[in-house]
Amino acid sequence: MDLRFTHEENVFRADVRHFMCTEIPILIRRKVAEGQELERDELVLCQRILNDKGWAVPRWPLEWGGQNWTPIQHYIFIEELQQNAVPQPLQFNCDMVGPVIARFGSQAQKRHFLPRAANLDDWWCQGFSEPGAGSDLASLRTRAVREGDHYLVSGQKTWTTLAQYADWMFCLVRTDPAAKKQQGISFLLIDMKSPGVVVRPIITIDGRHEVNEVFFDDVKVPIANLVGEENKGWDYAKFLLGHERAGIARVGITKQRLARVKQIAKETPAGDGTVWDNPAFRARVTMAEIELKALEITQMRIVSQMQQGASAENNAGPSMLKIKGSELQQTVTELLMEAAGPHALVSMDLHGEEHSNDPLAELEWASLATQNYFNYRKVTIFGGSNEIQRNIIAKTALGL
Amino acid sequence: MDFDFSEEQLLLKDSVERLIADRYGDFERRKRYQQKPGGWSVAMWQDFAGMGLTGLPFEESVGGVGAGPVETMIVMEAIGRALCLEPYLASVVLAGSALRAAASPAQKEALMPPLIRGELVLSLAFGERQSRYDLFDVATTARRNGTGYVLDGQKSVVLHGDSADRLIVSARTSGARRDASGITLFLIDADSSGLDIHAYEAQDGGRVAELTLTGVAVPDGDVLGAPDQGLLILAMTIDHGIAALAAEAVGAMDGLHALTVDYLKTRKQFGVAIGTFQNLQHRTVDMLIALEQARSMAMFAAMMLDAPAEERSKAMSAAKVQINRSARFIGQQAVQLHGGIGMTMEYKAGHYFKRLTAIEHLFGDTDYHLARLAAGSGLLEEPDAALL
Repeated sequence: MDLRFTHEENVFRADVRHFMCTEIPILIRRKVAEGQELERDELVLCQRILNDKGWAVPRWPLEWGGQNWTPIQHYIFIEELQQNAVPQPLQFNCDMVGPVIARFGSQAQKRHFLPRAANLDDWWCQGFSEPGAGSDLASLRTRAVREGDHYLVSGQKTWTTLAQYADWMFCLVRTDPAAKKQQGISFLLIDMKSPGVVVRPIITIDGRHEVNEVFFDDVKVPIANLVGEENKGWDYAKFLLGHERAGIARVGITKQRLARVKQIAKETPAGDGTVWDNPAFRARVTMAEIELKALEITQMRIVSQMQQGASAENNAGPSMLKIKGSELQQTVTELLMEAAGPHALVSMDLHGEEHSNDPLAELEWASLATQNYFNYRKVTIFGGSNEIQRNIIAKTALGL
Repeated sequence: MDFDFSEEQLLLKDSVERLIADRYGDFERRKRYQQKPGGWSVAMWQDFAGMGLTGLPFEESVGGVGAGPVETMIVMEAIGRALCLEPYLASVVLAGSALRAAASPAQKEALMPPLIRGELVLSLAFGERQSRYDLFDVATTARRNGTGYVLDGQKSVVLHGDSADRLIVSARTSGARRDASGITLFLIDADSSGLDIHAYEAQDGGRVAELTLTGVAVPDGDVLGAPDQGLLILAMTIDHGIAALAAEAVGAMDGLHALTVDYLKTRKQFGVAIGTFQNLQHRTVDMLIALEQARSMAMFAAMMLDAPAEERSKAMSAAKVQINRSARFIGQQAVQLHGGIGMTMEYKAGHYFKRLTAIEHLFGDTDYHLARLAAGSGLLEEPDAALL
């Protein structure tokens, strides 16, 4: 038992850190650190820098651009990426549709879609949730009816993250209405420019446009865009959801944000000193640091097991990391908002023109802090709500 | 980076668990051990010694095994799971750490072999009525007198104070009550003239004692370590105690969690096992997460014991906070999920809860360690300055 990394692993970490800090534009990293939204072009730029290095899709099969890294190297890579506020390669491309196509797709699909997904030439969005199908995903109703060499898709998806940027959607549709719930679902790739696709924004409580409703009205989808077999889509979706999610605990991001909370608290006046001088505030930050350290070690234990050949599937590990990791992300947004004090009420239009003359300019961080506090309520809801994760653990780890 | 046990460690784990299952498998036996003089089983202690456990952390030249913190963690976790009553923490971990750090060759020669053979029990008396968790807060005085010292004062909540043949006592040789320097450690015999030992059963069923020292004479040869410099040894010793206690807590939490999950599967209400109720399922999942977070920090503590003093003590504070919080949550929830049976002296769950509650209050409670850590620079390494 040993906490230390090997010499080779430390060299690898130093290489990754050096690349992140020198090749990814500092202005973009600062925006990430400050919790600002990135433009589409900024995300594309960062992913292409990583892809040029061969680091956008390290978990994919080697022939499609993956890296032959050990679980510990993957862990170090994600940790450095997150700690240095580098935007993570688009998860819909790299952790979701990519692995599904690489595993179940046709050769033509692989050749066409995989390189484009890795380079973010195509922006993918996820068409799973529906108004009547949230945590109970299998109750989805969007239907695809086969007509000759294409399907006609009708229905509605919702909570579609960044669909306003998307070129393609990977979508679960019902192809056999007579079959039982999980059967009769297929996995389709839909061109978002197809006639009959309408994207409508949903503005969330932070005032941002991050998610959308997507409507399908007799949208023609070529049969060639079916992944794998018809009516087997549920298996592919399960593979996608059970696939180890890179950096799901987001320890590196939370570390970086906690450091920022401390920095801001030390600079923000309160009473005779600063916010940091308030022992109650300080104790709560320290508590978060302790829980984060524990989560980091828990994550390292899981990585260490994988290094020894244990499978990431069918155990409670990823669900635990998701629950605790998301709770800590939320805690840190609370701490930053509370550092702002009454300025937590400040609200700035951050999409407007340059606001250097704005009397509120120096409070931009406070405005963002509250916005992100509201925004981060999502993290315990999405990706399988924390209650669903608890159901999974109760079943798999406790046998209840 | 590696969290696996070695072959030898797995072997140790297996034999300790088997031994303890043999001796403690039936919970009624623990109740019988509690009734014995000293509140623990001499036969069990002999088995511990026979297996080499009492010699685990000591060097081979004095008859020990020469093992490290991970081996101690393995033993303490098994002790926690079985709620063992024997003085392993007091004698082997606490007194043993102090001896390893500070004993002279003559003291090692005299004390370690019988301790390792299980014939000598030691204890550490560091707390006082007013000191709470501050190791430097020492009012007991040691006056120079010819070729030795005379000790006066009192010591509070001394673990296994009534079983110890000899006690390691902190006393002030110079300075004011709350000065960091001026503390010296002394080895005193339990039957010293002027030493009164008032022992009692603590809330958790273990034995503790209040000591009163009235003119207790100690020869120079029984001074442990350098005079006036005792705090460093004491701090290191208590850090070893925290790491060991963390492992014991993990064992107890693991045992209690397993007991609770079993209960949920067998207890029926409204015609079904209560484990089918989602509310109770989620509660046991939260207990499991608290347990795993605690386990991570117990491992962290064991692996940080050899770090430089400042880092080591930060790690121990962090570990103790996590352990305490997990212990309270798991203990309270386990009683709640068991319902009435969890409230009884008859059933094991309540005894786990009581031991976990005691553990929270040993070597620093949550507020103490949280404040200590918050007063410093915290746990995290500095991030990229360009981002701040």
